[in-house]
Amino acid sequence: MQSGSQSLWAGNLVTELNINHTDTGRTFIFSGRMDADGIAKVWEKACNGIDTQAGTDLTLDLSGVTYFDMAGAAFMVHLDRTAREQNMKSIRTTGLDPAAATLVERISRNELSAPAPAPPAGRIRMFVANQGQGLAEFWEDVKNYIAFFGEICWFFSTSLVRPNRIRWGETLRVAEQAGVNALPIVALISFIVGLVMAFQSAIPMKMFGAEIYVANLIGLAMVRELGPLMTAIVLAGRSASAFAAEIGTMKINEEIDALTIMGLEPVRFLILPRVIASTVMTPLLTVFAILVGILGGAVVILSMGHPFSAYYNQVVGFVSWGDFVGGMIKCFVFGVLIAATGCIRGYQTRQGPSAVGEAATRAVVSSIILIAVFDGIFSIIYYVLDV
Amino acid sequence: MKEPIIQVKNLYAGYDGQAIMEDLTFDINKGEIFVILGGSGCGKSTVLKHMIGLLPPVSGQVLIHGQDVVAARGKERTRLLRQIGVAFQNGALFGSMTVLENIMLPLTAFTALSGSAARTLALAKLGLVDLIRHSHLLPGELSGGMRKRAAIARAMALDPGVLFLDEPSAGLDPLTSAELDLLIKDLAQTLGITFVIVTHELESILTIADNTIMLEKELKGIIATGHPKDLKTDPANEYAYRFFNRNPGKEKKP
Repeated sequence: MQSGSQSLWAGNLVTELNINHTDTGRTFIFSGRMDADGIAKVWEKACNGIDTQAGTDLTLDLSGVTYFDMAGAAFMVHLDRTAREQNMKSIRTTGLDPAAATLVERISRNELSAPAPAPPAGRIRMFVANQGQGLAEFWEDVKNYIAFFGEICWFFSTSLVRPNRIRWGETLRVAEQAGVNALPIVALISFIVGLVMAFQSAIPMKMFGAEIYVANLIGLAMVRELGPLMTAIVLAGRSASAFAAEIGTMKINEEIDALTIMGLEPVRFLILPRVIASTVMTPLLTVFAILVGILGGAVVILSMGHPFSAYYNQVVGFVSWGDFVGGMIKCFVFGVLIAATGCIRGYQTRQGPSAVGEAATRAVVSSIILIAVFDGIFSIIYYVLDV
Repeated sequence: MKEPIIQVKNLYAGYDGQAIMEDLTFDINKGEIFVILGGSGCGKSTVLKHMIGLLPPVSGQVLIHGQDVVAARGKERTRLLRQIGVAFQNGALFGSMTVLENIMLPLTAFTALSGSAARTLALAKLGLVDLIRHSHLLPGELSGGMRKRAAIARAMALDPGVLFLDEPSAGLDPLTSAELDLLIKDLAQTLGITFVIVTHELESILTIADNTIMLEKELKGIIATGHPKDLKTDPANEYAYRFFNRNPGKEKKP
């Protein structure tokens, strides 16, 4: 027999197992290569061939083996242990060369069984427990969110007293990354929304000869609702996830701990610049989105043969400054929510390889939920105030 | 038994056409524990990445069993890669699987072994690195040293003829590191496994290495070769002598 790792394809001998029955027990005669590939063929046969009758002998004959490695050694140890569990009397191994014997000895030093994981509880209990835990975690999360949000507000108000403590350079960098660089995507989405909405509403309105009133529809919808909402959702996908990933990575690399130790509060150092930048940039982007959306509607109206001035007069005459201010207040709040959610989720990143991805997902989901909830709240407030 | 199993021929190592090591040529014999040495940031890990075919070199050849790793494609490449095992510097264990599942993955993917058989073989490998008690944990729950040992166990899963270890003992305590050295020596002797190790752990180099090459950044090449004990005692090669005797030297190397 030959042990030692050569090329796995060096010998081409097929692994075989013959079982000889004698008066006192059984002999397993192995031949061929005893590597992982080889033993796969004989594993079942060998394990099933072990005598269940106590007091018989087992001999493992390895003299026909051409190659033997750690897989083979583990197999021998496994067979030996299984036979012992079946109370076979004497177990002998023959034809093992010294190098292979060393391997078998090395592997047999350990118990080849893994610690069992904790037994799962009953299904119904699991279900109830999971639901309860989910609810408890949700409330905990809401509390944490509000507390963290308060902390951000506190740091912001104290920074207002001494504005030079805010990192303006970083704020500008974030404003460029999360604001200016988002212009194309925001423009594209708003333009398409304006265009499609105008087109879809112009067809039925044309039946009444009222297609010029599409301008009123587009103007009002864009300024009050769709401009802020579309911008916020795009930014939630773009900025909130980026903030969460940036801060989450810093957390995993212990950079946040380093900041804390140096006496630089992470909230002031990392989160404030992002919140300020996002809060300023979201309304600006929204104004832009509204404009582009209305232009998208104009394309449809122009293509129906109306002059641009008619469309313009219709929009300006119908949409009031009150509508515009209402939309702006809304998107200002959205801006705060997006940045704060992204940063908070990033800050809550746990350890592990999937933690940052999880934080980014949570940031996007939470900010979109919050945007939807606050949009609803604003609708009610504006209705009650009759704005 | 001088039988070269890996031949590196005129290898220019580096990224993006920029060679950081030039014209490396060396052979690694079967059953040898071969250590690639060098100061921090000199390109040891890059050379290793070229040798396992992960990163195409600027130019040159790496032959394993006479087959070019760089040029191999498709089935040929898979066959070649099955004969080598690699333990990466930070473990590179799959975070979503337990340690045991990590070791079982190559076994179930490449052989016809049944689940319980693969499990037994994987546990045998984990036993060698003393991790059976932690086999049900996720890599995220392990310490750095455990992760490293698990990575070595995974590299050994298919009993490859050549094992590449990138900084195997960095971050391990002296006892574990000594045990690992013993295991490496044992495997090389009994199984004839060839080891290619990147490290700068002097203690372990002196205990286990049969042959070394020492890379040097300024020279962009091999500054010394040979058995580590010779390098340690021979002042003729100044850089290697200082390296092994931990002597920073009075003046900087030219």
